[in-house]
Amino acid sequence: MPHAAGLPPRERRKAGMNDTILRMEHISKSYPGVRALDDVSFELRRGEVHALLGENGAGKSTLVKILSGVVERDSGDILIDGAPAAIADVNSARACGVSIIHQELNLVVGMNAAENIFLGREPKLFGNVIDKKTMYHRAGELMDMLGFSMDLKKPVINFSVATRQMVEIAKALSLNANILIMDEPTAPLTGVEIRDLFDLIRSLKARGISIIYISHRLEEIPEICDRATVLRDGRYIGTDDVKNLDRATIITMMAGRVLKDLFPKTEVPIGETLFEVKGLRTPLLKDVSFSVKRGEIVALTGLIGAGRTETARAIFGIDPIQAGKLFISGREVAIRSPAEAIRNGIGFLTEDRKDQGFVPLMSVKENITLPNLKPLQKSTVVSSRREKAVVNKHVADLRIKTPSTKQSVKFLSGGNQQKVVLAKWLNLDPDIIIMDEPTRGIDVGAKAEIYTIMGEIARRGKAVVMISSEMEEVIAIADRAVVLFEGKVTGEVRRRDFNQELLMHYAMGG
Amino acid sequence: MNMAHKQGTVDEGMSVWKKLLSQREIGVFFALVIMVALVTVFSEGGTFMTGSNIINILQSVSTNGIIAIGMTFVILTGGIDLSVGSTLALSGAFAALTYNSTGSSGLAFLVCLATGLVVGLFNGIMVARFNVPPFIQTLVTMTAARGITFIVTNGTPVGRVGAFITFFGRGTLLGVPVPIVLMLLAFVVGWFLLTQTTLGRYTYAIGGSEECTKLSGVNVPYYKALAYVIAGLTASIGSLILIARLNSAQPSMGDKFEMDAIAAVVIGGTSLAGGSGTIIGTFIGTLILGVLMNGMNMLGVDSFAQYVVKGGVILFAVLLETRKKGR
Repeated sequence: MPHAAGLPPRERRKAGMNDTILRMEHISKSYPGVRALDDVSFELRRGEVHALLGENGAGKSTLVKILSGVVERDSGDILIDGAPAAIADVNSARACGVSIIHQELNLVVGMNAAENIFLGREPKLFGNVIDKKTMYHRAGELMDMLGFSMDLKKPVINFSVATRQMVEIAKALSLNANILIMDEPTAPLTGVEIRDLFDLIRSLKARGISIIYISHRLEEIPEICDRATVLRDGRYIGTDDVKNLDRATIITMMAGRVLKDLFPKTEVPIGETLFEVKGLRTPLLKDVSFSVKRGEIVALTGLIGAGRTETARAIFGIDPIQAGKLFISGREVAIRSPAEAIRNGIGFLTEDRKDQGFVPLMSVKENITLPNLKPLQKSTVVSSRREKAVVNKHVADLRIKTPSTKQSVKFLSGGNQQKVVLAKWLNLDPDIIIMDEPTRGIDVGAKAEIYTIMGEIARRGKAVVMISSEMEEVIAIADRAVVLFEGKVTGEVRRRDFNQELLMHYAMGG
Repeated sequence: MNMAHKQGTVDEGMSVWKKLLSQREIGVFFALVIMVALVTVFSEGGTFMTGSNIINILQSVSTNGIIAIGMTFVILTGGIDLSVGSTLALSGAFAALTYNSTGSSGLAFLVCLATGLVVGLFNGIMVARFNVPPFIQTLVTMTAARGITFIVTNGTPVGRVGAFITFFGRGTLLGVPVPIVLMLLAFVVGWFLLTQTTLGRYTYAIGGSEECTKLSGVNVPYYKALAYVIAGLTASIGSLILIARLNSAQPSMGDKFEMDAIAAVVIGGTSLAGGSGTIIGTFIGTLILGVLMNGMNMLGVDSFAQYVVKGGVILFAVLLETRKKGR
């Protein structure tokens, strides 16, 4: 095996060995203060879909960034078809047949699909005039080959994320990519779109294209991947066929601990009804009613687009409602703005942390006190002594890891950013807290801490509404699940009746 | 508890200088020091670092400095105010007209400030409530306010503004010319508002992430509009100084003042994207522009060439900023 890499590809194929297209050997990379990758090796076979798994900070992105030429490695070798690949930047990586589909798609949204595909490499006439006829013709051929149908002349801004993703994939293939890296491709997609993407991945595979597939959604892995490699803390943990890896094994490999520690559930006595939503209607919600008791964690679940976030936004006074009533402790309240929601004792931890959860440039301290400066004021002046005391308490309570409370939140890890957002709401001490995907995109260790904090909030007699698309999280953490489908409540399930099939049944429309 | 205590001592342990100046400000501050040193060395017979010349410089930057304070508020929210020059002219014109028809300089003073306030409020409401892009809104105001100024003055200077107002341009307090006192006072007030009050906190937050600030229950339109009101008000204070010195309101005064104000803010390290920057930076930026112009005059640099040098300095400051971001 060790000498196999030295043989030309055809020889190896003849020798009947596994047809390895890519080999990354002993890759190391350090950033100031962090060893992002430590002697990691990775092997990719022709025509396989290879999952690259690990928590945030495990080194997945660094590894694929090195492969796609975005980041330079400190040491190690990259062999493509057995020969050392000269990958120095994005262009040389492309020349080696490596293309990456970033999570944040890289398209010029004002330009159409064909213009995006050929951006920088437009077919030309007389040296400098764009040969539009050839460009659209070639783009059309490409789309036919991939089985996509879309209006090539329409600016991509009109397309859904799923269609934009297809444009990116078409672009990658037009660059003759035979190694395709997909970073969390299903994260922004709905159920049907995910099906379509998987069909496409299978057809790419049949074409002999190898895919490195990064995803946090472990349930997708057995469905679409052949093998998986797990990284942890910048180190290589192992590689195996997906059929040999069950979920628990993968999680243990990723987290270095066992599954039952991942979802700590605090048992809390449940009190009287605190919060009630009756007949909520907005352009996107048809009829949403549910209630939450003191000490209870109610999961608002359903497929993407079912209206979960929309419900939260309506309750919190962000989107105007057409009909419906809100009751707190039996008293009807009118909420027309986030400020009013906060005054009524509601907190809302948004799904989109970066744009809505915190102000990246501001410090840990300033973010935590942002919604609640009033108690810290002496006339109009913010008392820095009182502010410091409040903030230090939360930083200690939630174990926020930061060099100082003056650190800008943008420099913290995802888990610690989420804790800052949590601290911000806890500092307001709301009776009702809505948490939209509270553990999305944060690593397993920090997730467990968030669950513990949620349990603590419930124990203090607060009502928690958790929006989650992770079935496992709902089943492990919630006391009750309210399932939405197309803007309506299709089912309500108590904790003791929880099972995946039932929840799925309601999520599909009941 | 232990940890909290430790953090406290770290914060307290910082030197006064470090507390006062951020890293970026230290850079700008040294740029100012170097400039002063260069001009001092090259100017003839040590005429630069004399008391009278320093007063001269401070007096010459006072109007721009005051306007730049309001501009800092607006830019911190992620906006821009192109109308300050025209607002200045309009405020001055109304003040002079008021004095000429009523003979009350005090009333003229109030009219001057009220004009700035109303123009700022108009900009603020249009931007914050009706979501007109700040660039467009203030461009509209810049054009229209200048037009109104010409209409109400018939395009000719309006003479005399009265003793109360002239004090703001010609008077002295403890031997220091009033414009300088006014500017320093305005900077202290600006610094206080931005660093010590909720208004300041929200101004930064809106520029950093408007959406997050809104969801934190902050009345974003109110605080956003307030930034433009402050800009309008500082423009009218700037106007007071000018009409006082001239003892008349010129309809064309304040032309391109918005550019010098933006330049001072940007040189001072405030990001045009909003959310980061300081009033101390703006103060140093104002001084840099003042020393630059004064220094070039002393060194006998051709007045046309001065524009080119000024442009170069602004470009250099912006490059420093973008390089910092790149790292």
